[in-house]
Amino acid sequence: MSTVPFAPGIYGPDAILLKGLDGINWRLRDYEGRGGYAALRRILAEKIPQEQVIAEVRKSALRGRGGAGFPCGLKWSFMPRQYSGAKYLICNSDEGEPGTFKDRDLLRYNPHMVIEGMAIAAYAMGTAVGYNYIHGEIWEIYERFEEALEEARAAGYLGNAILGSDFSFQLHAHHGFGAYICGEETALLESIEGKKGQPRYKPPFPASYGLYGKPTTINNTETFAAVPWIMTHGGEAFLNLGRPNNGGTKIFSVSGDVERPGNYEVRLGTPFQKLLELAGGMRGGRRLKACIPGGSSMPVLPGEVMLATDLDYDSIARAGSMLGSGAVIIMDETRCMVRSLLRLSYFYFEESCGQCTPCREGTGWLYRMVKRIEHGEGRPEDLDLLDSVADNIQGRTICALGDAAALPVKSFLKHFRPEFEYHIEHKKCLVGPYL
Amino acid sequence: MFSAESQTRIDREIAKYPPDQRQSAVMAALAIVQDEKGWLASDTIDEVAGYLGMAPIAVYEVATFYAMYNLKPTGKHKITLCTNLPCALSGATVAAKHLKHKLGVEFNETTADGALTLKEGECMGACGDAPVLLVDNKRMCGWMTPEKLDQLIAELRK
Repeated sequence: MSTVPFAPGIYGPDAILLKGLDGINWRLRDYEGRGGYAALRRILAEKIPQEQVIAEVRKSALRGRGGAGFPCGLKWSFMPRQYSGAKYLICNSDEGEPGTFKDRDLLRYNPHMVIEGMAIAAYAMGTAVGYNYIHGEIWEIYERFEEALEEARAAGYLGNAILGSDFSFQLHAHHGFGAYICGEETALLESIEGKKGQPRYKPPFPASYGLYGKPTTINNTETFAAVPWIMTHGGEAFLNLGRPNNGGTKIFSVSGDVERPGNYEVRLGTPFQKLLELAGGMRGGRRLKACIPGGSSMPVLPGEVMLATDLDYDSIARAGSMLGSGAVIIMDETRCMVRSLLRLSYFYFEESCGQCTPCREGTGWLYRMVKRIEHGEGRPEDLDLLDSVADNIQGRTICALGDAAALPVKSFLKHFRPEFEYHIEHKKCLVGPYL
Repeated sequence: MFSAESQTRIDREIAKYPPDQRQSAVMAALAIVQDEKGWLASDTIDEVAGYLGMAPIAVYEVATFYAMYNLKPTGKHKITLCTNLPCALSGATVAAKHLKHKLGVEFNETTADGALTLKEGECMGACGDAPVLLVDNKRMCGWMTPEKLDQLIAELRK
């Protein structure tokens, strides 16, 4: 990992989670210098009731930043607080949704913010043990997080009787080793239990039957990172950064055809145009053809639709896609939509865990059909067949990977059907090879 | 059997979980033993199973499910390049062609001198740094232009 500092402020003027970071000021004393751990200190010193912490998070309208957008405070309220046995708190840092790389920056440049957020969450739900499940490919960040945990333990922010209170919380890091599916929360639980990462049926939900069969709450890294700010400034202040039902800022990972791919933290409700400007605009000044606004599993949108959209959960849903993890994949006018879909379809085929037949077999069908269209061997009836196979996967599997494989296919066909037809009819590409 | 050093590292992982949940350390244990041996032979997997008190088949399931375990010997170093869509939009296809050409191998092959194995990877969660690759699972390299790829190959061949 680089040890050269960068200019603070690269994440945008509205950043709160990534504010003031320069790439090397990640240690405990740096975080304390930015006001870190003050929220946890105050909660413990003033013995703020658990219900009040959860109420504050509910008021903030913080929604899950991993992709589903589920209200965080509501999720926390599902945990049986009076349950006397073991309960677990899990941070999902298994960031592998193509286009997403925000949790990596949080963990390498601001790990203590995630630790403090988890400690506050553990306090609110009466949880004594937690794990942070970190994507296997970011090994150096896993090691850094272990180092940050050591710092926090030594300073008394983790462990037994935290800061002299009667609250104890043990937090550990667990690494993945190359399986996209483990980002699905119940697959992640299986993985921590030392098994293949194959999702479980829900219900029962993790709040009643989670890790080792015990009540468990799982949140995304960015969700936990927002908690200290909420407890310091109040739920209402966080809500007011964004829009009703869409509280706070959100880190958008911008990749593809822009001048400066990277993470940008903006207030929810910010116009997409503004994000595009932060990322330096379109690469080479070319035209925006298509955008996947929430990670590869979300429906693609035509450029002109995206340009008229604001960046919050409800606005992107109205535009016909989903905010998802906030991974904004930008494709310009030189990009072939058949080729782009082919690469995504291969990904879901490769990553299907094999448990449910519609997904295991269907992702292979989708991949092989898009492949033959791309290679000039498509048949006119293939487009309807693609749609039909996607329909027969969607909603018929244990977890959302099936939907994630189906949605790109359906949306690429919906918005860019003439390009697929051209491939089939002329056995070549409309815009020329690029990938 | 794996070394005392590996055993110490595995014990540190086991301590993270409840005493009756030793098998939670299996992913870490396999990674640690792979660091030592380079790959996971079936004997090695059996040893990990014995150490954690797991059925060998349960450890095989884990070793074959997760993509970063080497179930066959690799070259001295392994390069895994992400070719997923966001990376492809920022030069991963050029990087793939360059690597294959320079090394004279396709994905999943090892160079004739046994120095380097080339693998195709899926999203590593670092799309902003595309093209992105991993050296030996643990060292991530970003913005891999053909020039930087050449430097890396030269370094790894030393």
